[in-house]
Amino acid sequence: MSASTTTRPARPATGRTGRSRPHYGTHLFLTVMAVMWMVPLGWALFTALRPKADTDKYGYFSLGGAFNFDNFATAWTQGGFPRYFMNSLIITIPTIILVLLCSSMMAFAVSRVSWKFNVTLLIMFTAGNLLPPQVLATPLFEMFKLIQLPYWFSDSGSLLNTYLSVIIANTAFQIGFCTFVLSNYMKALSADLTEAALVDGAGIWRQYVSIIMPLCRPAIAALATLELIFIYNDYFWPLLFIQSGDRLPVTTAINNLQGTFLSNYNLLAAGATITVIPTLVVYLVLQRHFVAGLTLGSSKG
Amino acid sequence: MSTPTELSDSARRGSHAGQKPPARPRRMSGRVRRLSRRDKVVLGIMVGIPTLVQLAFVWIPTLLSVFLSFTRWNGLSLSDIRAAGVANYSYVFTDNPAFWPAVQHNILWLLFLAVIATPLGLLLAVLLDQQIRGSKIYQSIFFVPVMLSLALVGIIWQLFYQKDNGLLNFLLGTAGTPAAVDWFGNSSINIWAALVAATWRHAGYVMILYLAGLKGVDASLKEAASLDGANATQTFFRIVFPAMAPINIVIVVITIIESLRAFDVVWVINKGTNGLELISALVITYLIGEGQSIGIGSAFAVILLVISLVPITIYLSRTFRKEKF
Repeated sequence: MSASTTTRPARPATGRTGRSRPHYGTHLFLTVMAVMWMVPLGWALFTALRPKADTDKYGYFSLGGAFNFDNFATAWTQGGFPRYFMNSLIITIPTIILVLLCSSMMAFAVSRVSWKFNVTLLIMFTAGNLLPPQVLATPLFEMFKLIQLPYWFSDSGSLLNTYLSVIIANTAFQIGFCTFVLSNYMKALSADLTEAALVDGAGIWRQYVSIIMPLCRPAIAALATLELIFIYNDYFWPLLFIQSGDRLPVTTAINNLQGTFLSNYNLLAAGATITVIPTLVVYLVLQRHFVAGLTLGSSKG
Repeated sequence: MSTPTELSDSARRGSHAGQKPPARPRRMSGRVRRLSRRDKVVLGIMVGIPTLVQLAFVWIPTLLSVFLSFTRWNGLSLSDIRAAGVANYSYVFTDNPAFWPAVQHNILWLLFLAVIATPLGLLLAVLLDQQIRGSKIYQSIFFVPVMLSLALVGIIWQLFYQKDNGLLNFLLGTAGTPAAVDWFGNSSINIWAALVAATWRHAGYVMILYLAGLKGVDASLKEAASLDGANATQTFFRIVFPAMAPINIVIVVITIIESLRAFDVVWVINKGTNGLELISALVITYLIGEGQSIGIGSAFAVILLVISLVPITIYLSRTFRKEKF
């Protein structure tokens, strides 16, 4: 006891010196790692900025020749990027809205109203999100193939090869995660909030819309950002369901660029870099929300 | 604010004895009956729609996978489905040339992530959690790959790994010579090359989760340990790491699940063949590849399901253990 009392006055000082200690070894290690971490993307960008003629002349591993954005322009038009980005948008935006709508309703019901099957349902939702998607891919594919749709809606006559199929699969798969996160968030809100509203005669729907949802804004923002990245990055469901190349979202379509651009690595690199740009923009603008979303999911375990 | 709370408190106890004449007696008389008929309908819809979506597009397909794994079907017409007993499984376990390599690769994937990628992410988090200069910049750099899709990770690394024009072979001085290695093409090393690419993304993910976890560890614990004469390593392994138990579980589960879900990278490289076989890729090969066989593909899916139920059960039982309703 006495020892700790005597060291106490010294503690702030040691703390401060500890903080300003240079950490040379740590910096060296981190710098080496950071450089290694940037190499793959850096190489793609470097290749993308150089004209094919120059890399053919000087080699890919050289500094000779011009640096410009021509490859980006060529990849953009030849690769059909406007189309793919539009497809990504058509799939991503409705999915995010559906996921957040469904999961917030579900989370509200299981966290704010006590009911016998609350935990059972929550477990079912959480477990569903943890399954590898390949486990349910085959039956889902066959189900979508068997669903008959009018030809004005789908030229395949079924759900296959429609944006809707990808939207449904993504929504079903992501609801579980968002429900889990939102229900934890809603459980932490005071019970008095809705009790008071109840006494004022507010129905369930009004409690959900005007009391709980506004309070969940930070969690919703974090999840929306996270889902934006998840769904933009989803490669699997479009690969499975969409056969027409011109309906693929960017992430799935880039694989086809390898065929389109043959062995023109400069164009391929430019194409890859183009698909990184939206994520980087989201990263720069919404980084806080994205990290918050990732850690929200793991804060309770 | 206080009055409604009192009212609802008395309502919860079910005391409508009349000291405070409740305005709406029907709603006030207990937890269940507080809900009006309209509220019940609304709740039914709020629970019903998501549950229906979840059942119809996640759980029923999962059960159908189990069913289809015991049948023989070419995927054309429902009337063609024939019972097959365990024939698909015996084929998978004994005759399928890709199954055991796939199991080995999935295990290797798990071990690599668990032994290399996850500890690396933890190390980065611990180093960056100290107040060192430029911590935010380092974090941003390590975090960028987490934002990228695994498919894109595969393409970016393909540019890096190429035989004649890739950076790695230039750095090794083998580019353009017969000694040049085709990192993604050579079936004896491409799994390692893919694992390095996967680590590039996984370590950053683990780092971010642990950075959040480390911030949550009570600083007084660390101080107490250092006062007791523990050095930094001891403090970390005896105090900080155990204090992060909840996040450790999440990371263990994420690592296992990620290694079972591994698909995009190998599919981008060569559709999961020639040294890159994975169980998840085999499911899809039998669904959309040549020689389509729904039964065999489903048998792979069920094997994947059974394995993934292990971490899922561990996670759920830890998470919902303390729940009570």
